[in-house]
Amino acid sequence: MTTVSSAIDRQDPGFIEVDNTVDPVSGRAPLVLGCRDFHDVTHSVCRVNEAPKAPLAWWVAFAISLSLVGFLGVCVLYLILTGVGVWGLNNPVMWAFDITNFVWWVGIGHAGTLISAILFLFRQKWRTGINRFAEAMTIFAVICAGLFPGIHVGRVWFAYWLFPIPNQMDMWPQFRSPLLWDVFAVGTYFTVSLVFWYVGLIPDLATMRDRATGKLRQFAYGFFALGWRGSMRHWHRYEVAYLLLAALATPLVLSVHSVVSFDFAVSQLPGWHTTIFPPYFVAGAIFSGFAMVMTLAVPARELFGLKNIITLRHLDNMNKIILVTGCIVGYAYAMEFFIAWYSGALYEKFAFLNRAFGQYWWAYFIMVGSNVITPQLFWFKAIRTSIPLMFALSIVVNIGMWFERFVIIVSSLANDFLPSSWDAFFPTWVDIGTMLGAIGLFSTLFLLFCRYLPMIAIAEVKAVMPQADPHGQH
Amino acid sequence: MSTLTIERPTTARTADGSTSRLWGLMAEFKTPSAIFEAAGKVRDAGYRHWDCHVPFPVHGLDKQMGVKRTIIPVIVFFAGLTGCSVGFLLQAFTNATGAEWSFWAIVWVTGYPFLISGKPLLSIPSFIPVMFEITILLSALTTAGVMLLFNGLPRWNHPLLAKKRFLRASDDRFFIVIESRDGRFIRSKTEDFLKGLGAVHVEAVED
Repeated sequence: MTTVSSAIDRQDPGFIEVDNTVDPVSGRAPLVLGCRDFHDVTHSVCRVNEAPKAPLAWWVAFAISLSLVGFLGVCVLYLILTGVGVWGLNNPVMWAFDITNFVWWVGIGHAGTLISAILFLFRQKWRTGINRFAEAMTIFAVICAGLFPGIHVGRVWFAYWLFPIPNQMDMWPQFRSPLLWDVFAVGTYFTVSLVFWYVGLIPDLATMRDRATGKLRQFAYGFFALGWRGSMRHWHRYEVAYLLLAALATPLVLSVHSVVSFDFAVSQLPGWHTTIFPPYFVAGAIFSGFAMVMTLAVPARELFGLKNIITLRHLDNMNKIILVTGCIVGYAYAMEFFIAWYSGALYEKFAFLNRAFGQYWWAYFIMVGSNVITPQLFWFKAIRTSIPLMFALSIVVNIGMWFERFVIIVSSLANDFLPSSWDAFFPTWVDIGTMLGAIGLFSTLFLLFCRYLPMIAIAEVKAVMPQADPHGQH
Repeated sequence: MSTLTIERPTTARTADGSTSRLWGLMAEFKTPSAIFEAAGKVRDAGYRHWDCHVPFPVHGLDKQMGVKRTIIPVIVFFAGLTGCSVGFLLQAFTNATGAEWSFWAIVWVTGYPFLISGKPLLSIPSFIPVMFEITILLSALTTAGVMLLFNGLPRWNHPLLAKKRFLRASDDRFFIVIESRDGRFIRSKTEDFLKGLGAVHVEAVED
């Protein structure tokens, strides 16, 4: 199998394997390796989209993902035609896989916004190597997230009732419900992420347009580049607008997962009704999102030969963030238990003991093992800079964070106040099919993005190269 | 001033013999520092209708060109205020009043005083999340929209986009463009001026 990278690295004598995870005694290690000039950056990003044929691995992954999307279609159609009862939901456990998946996907999206907005405000220059595809990941993850509550409403043809649309029944949404806040939070989040991503893409689409050879490519990239011609007067407004979007997206991303946590925290259910939820959910979201960025970045940089731009230093930095957020999540788990005991509330105490030792004890231990214990390995630099280990650990964190949401949602619902209303949840094939289908939908969109859009923010990477400084020696 | 305008040629002969209007001159530079210095000289020479075209925002080049800071943040601030008020009024109207109201007498809407879980009708704390989201939504859309509007985008046809050398403006070359409509533009003199700035190539751009 020939991948793009092996074919290209040979033509690219500039590529050198340098350890840039250690800063030299004075100054900073370079963020872009082996690119002698700006053209090298343009070329190493654009060649992925310009290669006449995608690598075989891309086609294999695309075929698998697309068949999962097909299966998702079957599951969703079956659900709409039959009813929500095709899921394993029952009277006490009225939220299970669907809301677990919703929270999981929304959380994954958050790392993209953190990288694109918060790290931008903190002037973290290393973000430029990874922000484009992390933002793409955000958008696709929010699409997958939106799917679940969308079909969980049951009668999807009434989904427009979620929006304040004037109607002949004089009926309005109930604005005091966190579930409605969610509609606004996730809707705003999707829109703003899309706008932010597209604004960032405009200059790079212009680059693609200027390099395009075929008429179709010229037209398609040219149309979406909006006629961008790199005018400095335009760049001036563009940079101000980009900063503003980052400043708006930062509180937004914190609000979105806080609002998602309100879905639980505002209710009366033991195990849900806790004030630690908003910060704890936000930390967990960033934790799982960075793990997903890692899961995507490691194969992408191998397959498409982007190791000189997504360097080991980028991966090392992301692993450090995974470690920090993992510790925050671990602290939150401990604090929940402490408060449950300290509150003296009978039901609260029971809910937490039941979580760890009740019928879903195995899910709880998968959650603690994957989210708190294994990420501690990232204290060691050898593990932070080992590609296979970080890839494996990122998958473990993804699984662990899925179980976190499962534990919170299902264990609290299955055993609430009255033992007479206790029950257990078992997923049906439609539950599992919808979950796998959503993963397929996500990877289909992501693979299409890798093939047709510049995966790296070309203009931004150029701007952080030492040659870009107008007062430099170059 | 009048002599200058008389001297200014407004047409250029192209390769196939047809004439087209001269739109401006484009000078190509190789490095950010070269264009940075050159931009300062063009600014000092008093040109007004000119621009730099660069593959990435060269740090400080806008200041060097004398570009005034944009007022986009002010507009966005008012968009945010609007969003916040719209969010509050929407919720207060639909959930806390029984008032009737019409959009230009076409769509009539009636509020519904919605009493739920013992909360007061005008329960402002529970209105905050939606007010916040609409504030952000309107601000972000305004930011992007106003940025494109002020930049005159989308504009798919532009004299510069027809130039072959200009394709590298999105890759690794840096261009200074002086438009012929500038009061100080004299083809021969401006061309010499641009060459004197250290441009590697100067070329006429036709309309």
